[in-house]
Amino acid sequence: MKFLRMKPGHGEVLLTEGDPGSEVDEERLVEEFRRQLDEGMWAAVPTEHPSSGRREALMVRDYADIPPQAERVIFFPRASGG
Amino acid sequence: MLLALLVMAVVALALAVPLGVRAGRAHRAHRAAGQSRRRRSPAAPRPELGYDPGRERRAEQRARQLLRSCVNEEEWAMYRDLGFLRVAGRATAGRGSAPAAPGYAYLVYPHKPIVAFVPDSGRLLSEYCVEFPDMHGDGNTRLPASDDVLAKWMALTSDESRVIGQANMHLVGRQLDPARVRRDLWRLSEWERRRGAGSSVGAHGG
Repeated sequence: MKFLRMKPGHGEVLLTEGDPGSEVDEERLVEEFRRQLDEGMWAAVPTEHPSSGRREALMVRDYADIPPQAERVIFFPRASGG
Repeated sequence: MLLALLVMAVVALALAVPLGVRAGRAHRAHRAAGQSRRRRSPAAPRPELGYDPGRERRAEQRARQLLRSCVNEEEWAMYRDLGFLRVAGRATAGRGSAPAAPGYAYLVYPHKPIVAFVPDSGRLLSEYCVEFPDMHGDGNTRLPASDDVLAKWMALTSDESRVIGQANMHLVGRQLDPARVRRDLWRLSEWERRRGAGSSVGAHGG
């Protein structure tokens, strides 16, 4: 699983990646997930419905909310009124 | 007479010598300072350059690839061809399988307000002014255009009420020209007609 973050002037950057099944990797992923949310990021997982093919995103507020089959989590700045 | 001229010349010379020496010193000091500045300047840290068109272009290319990998083929083609995305309103579109036709949808432009409209009639409902500023960067808070579109798409398809709740709502016309938005809706219908897809807001999730 990859953690990507949108960044001005860069596009997305790879924050970290790892196998959630590995204890060491998962610890690092959890730590990075919390760090990003503490910085005010929102986290979303792009998904595709298996039968309809419909694509959407799933907003995750906790590491445990990440679907087990997710390949990437995208962090992006939270919305504010423009 | 000759003696007087001689005395005047000596006096003038006595006055001129110190002035010349002083001017020479000042000239040498000025040259030395200039050379010192020139020697120092290549190694001295330069102030951070602001806008770099090449860097921004590369960032936008990466952002486009990320957007393309997240949305479906029709949505990507829409953005590529028209410059905006249509996202179905989730309140009526349902989630997951076989959504009902939405009662409203959004037009998502890069770095512009989200526009809500009624797909059946084309009636424009409202503008939602929303930004995704990154406050942890090096001063540049603005995401690449396609990242801004993807952020809006992810927010609308995952937690519509949250992002709409954060936005400032206005009647259409505050930032966007309603005539231009109507023209974009017409362009969208023509684009779909050419693709032979018909109105597929609900079927494809917008």
